[in-house]
Amino acid sequence: MPDTGIGASVKRKEDFRFLTGQGRYTDDINRPGQLHAYFVRSPHAHATIKGVNKTAAEAAEGVVAVFTGADMAADNVGSLPCGWVVNDRHGDPHKAPPHFPLARDKARYVGDHVAVVIAKTYDAARNAGELVEVDYGELPAVAETGKAQDGSAQQLHDEAPNNLCYDWVLGDEAEADAAFAKAHHITKIDLINNRLIPNAMEPRAALGEYDGGTDSFTLYSTSQNPHLLKLILCAFVFGMNENKLRVIAPDVGGGFGSKIFCYAEETVCMWASKKVRAPVKWTADRSESFTSDAHGRDHVTHAELAMDENGKFLGMKVDTTANMGAYLSSFSTSVPTYLYATLLAGQYTTPVIFANVKAVFTNTAPVDAYRGAGRPEATYVVERLVEVAAREMGIDPAEIRRRNFIQPDQFPYQTPVALQYDIGDYEASMSKALEMIDYDGFAARRSASEAKGKLRGIGFSSYIEACGIAPSAVVGSLGAGVGLWESAQVRFNATGSVSVFTGSHSHGQGHETTFSQLVAETLGIPIENVEIVHGDTGSIPMGMGTYGSRSLAVGGSAISRACDKIIEKSRKIAAHLMEASVEDVEFDAGTFRVAGTDKEKSIAEIAFTAYVPHNYPEDVEPGLDETAFYDPLNFTYPAGLHICEVEIDPATGVTEIVDWVAVDDFGKVINPMVVEGQVHGGIAQGVGQALLENCVYDKDSGQLLTGSYMDYCMPRADDLPSFRVGLTETACTHNPLGVKGCGEAGAIAAPAATINAITNALGILSMDMPASPEKVWRLANEPKMAAE
Amino acid sequence: MYNFNHHRPGSVDAAAAALSSADDGKILAGGMTLLPTLKQRLANPSDLVDLGGIADLKGIREDGGSLIVGAMTTHAAVADDATVKAKIPALAALAEGIGDAQVRNCGTIGGSVANNDPAADYPAALVGLDATVHTNKRQIAADDFFTGMFETALDEGEIITAVAFPIPEKAGYAKFANPASRYAIVGVMVAKGPAGTRVAVTGAGPSVFRLGDAESALSGGISADAVSGVSVAADGLNSDLHASSEYRANLVSVMLRRAAAAAAG
Amino acid sequence: MPTVSMTVNGRAVTGDVEGRTLLVQFLREQLALTGTHIGCDTSQCGACVVHVDGQSVKSCTLLALQADGSEVTTIEGLAASNGDLHPMQEAFREHHGLQCGFCTPGMVMSAVDLLNKNPNPDEGEIREWLEGNICRCTGYHNIVKAIQSAAENMRG
Repeated sequence: MPDTGIGASVKRKEDFRFLTGQGRYTDDINRPGQLHAYFVRSPHAHATIKGVNKTAAEAAEGVVAVFTGADMAADNVGSLPCGWVVNDRHGDPHKAPPHFPLARDKARYVGDHVAVVIAKTYDAARNAGELVEVDYGELPAVAETGKAQDGSAQQLHDEAPNNLCYDWVLGDEAEADAAFAKAHHITKIDLINNRLIPNAMEPRAALGEYDGGTDSFTLYSTSQNPHLLKLILCAFVFGMNENKLRVIAPDVGGGFGSKIFCYAEETVCMWASKKVRAPVKWTADRSESFTSDAHGRDHVTHAELAMDENGKFLGMKVDTTANMGAYLSSFSTSVPTYLYATLLAGQYTTPVIFANVKAVFTNTAPVDAYRGAGRPEATYVVERLVEVAAREMGIDPAEIRRRNFIQPDQFPYQTPVALQYDIGDYEASMSKALEMIDYDGFAARRSASEAKGKLRGIGFSSYIEACGIAPSAVVGSLGAGVGLWESAQVRFNATGSVSVFTGSHSHGQGHETTFSQLVAETLGIPIENVEIVHGDTGSIPMGMGTYGSRSLAVGGSAISRACDKIIEKSRKIAAHLMEASVEDVEFDAGTFRVAGTDKEKSIAEIAFTAYVPHNYPEDVEPGLDETAFYDPLNFTYPAGLHICEVEIDPATGVTEIVDWVAVDDFGKVINPMVVEGQVHGGIAQGVGQALLENCVYDKDSGQLLTGSYMDYCMPRADDLPSFRVGLTETACTHNPLGVKGCGEAGAIAAPAATINAITNALGILSMDMPASPEKVWRLANEPKMAAE
Repeated sequence: MYNFNHHRPGSVDAAAAALSSADDGKILAGGMTLLPTLKQRLANPSDLVDLGGIADLKGIREDGGSLIVGAMTTHAAVADDATVKAKIPALAALAEGIGDAQVRNCGTIGGSVANNDPAADYPAALVGLDATVHTNKRQIAADDFFTGMFETALDEGEIITAVAFPIPEKAGYAKFANPASRYAIVGVMVAKGPAGTRVAVTGAGPSVFRLGDAESALSGGISADAVSGVSVAADGLNSDLHASSEYRANLVSVMLRRAAAAAAG
Repeated sequence: MPTVSMTVNGRAVTGDVEGRTLLVQFLREQLALTGTHIGCDTSQCGACVVHVDGQSVKSCTLLALQADGSEVTTIEGLAASNGDLHPMQEAFREHHGLQCGFCTPGMVMSAVDLLNKNPNPDEGEIREWLEGNICRCTGYHNIVKAIQSAAENMRG
């Protein structure tokens, strides 16, 4: 194995610029004559906008313009669309109330955009923002997921009676009822999947610039998918030709889903840059990130699992209410449906599953995909149910999982919830993880903890995810408004280096390294000669971006296909140069050889010939530059087992994670170092959800109570342990690389493992996240309190 | 931030003069609370009088059985100071636990004390150790200094110059930090000093308070066991997203035992 | 408008600022040293950490005028003038202590200050020290490893 090829932990190519302060993030970019935008946001969770008086603000020092929803309406600027149509249980499409970039009639959450001030400096814009007089008519607000439909709640949108976006089902309810009728035991749980705020460390930012000479725009944005942003803005929001907008997403400081979506601020900056004929820049401060980034999770669920006397799963029923927030963000509708209920089979042979999901509007920030998007919620339901079932049935939690695992010889395995898993070996991950954690030694470790006055617990999470998103025809049949293929252009430069243009976007994932490894090995060239270009719609073929652990499985496959095309074309040129037939020319490690002879040409020589075609085959075009689009045949199904061990101080309720073992099957791995880093980060976010993070709105006023790091508890270094990570491998059967994706696994697996460990330590069945010290303290001392 | 005039006087007298001549002047010490407040536009002072240029206000010295800590001495300087570590290790440990490393490199004892955040650590140190606050006008006993939530006995324009801590025989501090902000949800200082045994609690109430029951329980000797029966009522304690008053009451008992154990050594 | 003078990465600089101008604004906007980032408004995330007179501070919570006359080092000034990375930068690269890179400058500057004060920290001390630096990508695992490794290399 070459030390830079597939399977090597190559040090990242992108690190030098980040480590020396030479990264170039959106806020680092400034354009001549640039103005600054400040958004006037609603202080109320729900209010009619009776009028906006801009006079004083417009007259303030440094102010160039003040705009409201009425100004955008006058320019026929459309609504920010939701790109996935979910049909409800009657076959009707979801309710899609408009979401205007600047509110027109009503403000529907605290932080909703009501007006924008454009001024020469940020301070001037903000000063003037305080002078914009908005006449609000306050309305009652509903912030709680479980209360949106209780009849007394104020309705947010005329288009959505009783705040219902859709009532959706998957599976056969009658079959599920029949399975439950035969059950020996039924385990029932009620769960809340707590609402989270993504908190990428780089706040969102946008810089819109209009070029009057060509009547075209450039938008710099913190986007995970610049092409998709361009498509949405042109086709749906502005109704303009796509050739008139270039979107550049330069270095992006983390996304985790929150930078997929088309947001009001970037839309307004772009639009306003033409109104004021100057570049318009906006950078969120962290408070704005808290109030106006799309949030994640926020489910209320009741779930039941039917079993026979041996703990074999007979059927599952899941009833979930999912909070959409005040408006539908770009892909919000798909998250609690096709990215959630389709994963409820988990790693198990549960033959019948029925899911009912109601999506509701509330006076809170929009909710959309956040690391894992639906799949963490599904794994949490399944793995909490299984854990509680094990405890109720008196079966060891590892054993009950084993009894229900899909076996290696059952693949491809059709689940009752639409997906067909191509491959996996769940027992392999389990046995490796049990060995790594020393499961047999747990009893002794628990006794040792007890001797110190601590409670010790162990928890499992056998997760599965569907990623490598996604076969276009499949998602199209389910309502997606776009195809989910990926593009790649591999361009040999004349002197032998290679530029790769990918529609994937890296915002921490290390594509510049991993993709370079792939290209270097496939084409047999030094890794230093490969450059990965991403994030600029002006230079890259249309692509779909990065989310859903899709970059390597889909984007990498596209690169692989483009490399194949390069090799095939080069083979023809090589055959010509070496006066051999194409069939006799072999390619290995960057060199073409005529079989059985000592004739050879390096691929760099071929590239030079392609651009200087003095001696060249007649039927071959000059140049060596190939584009491929790859549409996956199926989702990929990474899976594994995470085991968490905790120690609890009953005096304070503080939970310490004392050990964490993760064994994951991501298929083939290109760069183990990068993969492990992704797992670590995912676990940290999952543990954050389980122990620390919680987005709280005041249930009456709808004010965001956790609007800064003073109250929203981010995981810090001293909240987490070092993790022990292991891999197993079953290669994905349907993409050329055999890869599955690794970005979301940790966030999907970790919450259930953590809560299973804590409830195990406390000797209880259930508790809601986050397991804050006070909550744990109460549960640890409940029997004592009751006895007193 | 709204704009303001920045002054950097070289002496306390010059600072006092700058303050008195400003329309709405405020003192800038370490800025760890004031600057975030200004960034959020929650205050709009006309002038900031920056004490960072006054050399006299920095440093720690031992004087007649007390440690005198200059008002502009940073938390990091207190935590790292050899004399503090030797004479009042509990004070060094408390300073070491304030905020994070960068906050400790800027935040000052004078600024913290003058702000009297109910969740700050230093008020427990001052009251628990029976300290005296020195200002440009007078000396104020810690018991009289902290008058309520974000309120102190300081007059308009009065500048803290130092805090004098009598060196105790024993002292210990235990803190339960807010997991998000890292301020004290509850902090307890237990000390046996020249004036007897004192127990001060921060974080739990609107302002730092002494715990008489605990002081009595510890009067015969400092140990965790001596306070094992001491509890406080939840009534009147702070209650927020992170900790109810009932939980805080529990934490006072737990931190009291841990502080007593630390003091006992 | 007041004038501020300081030495930044070994270079004497002077600029006109307002009273309210933060050090981070002065560095980013006037000196175009955009390696120092702003990630929050409550002085908690640490993306803005720089050294002032050898101490790590949050440049978003320090007025430029407070740093008047000081020696300031930012991430841009950490590597040797010949381009060789500082051992801490090298260790972050070697151990994959960064992903998106946004928290990285502050994280590295904070870690350098730790080793200045404590050349041989254990894992717990490193994790405690990093209380003021939030990373959303790495789960801190590799950051801790990088700092341990840098400590070892710097001790020689």
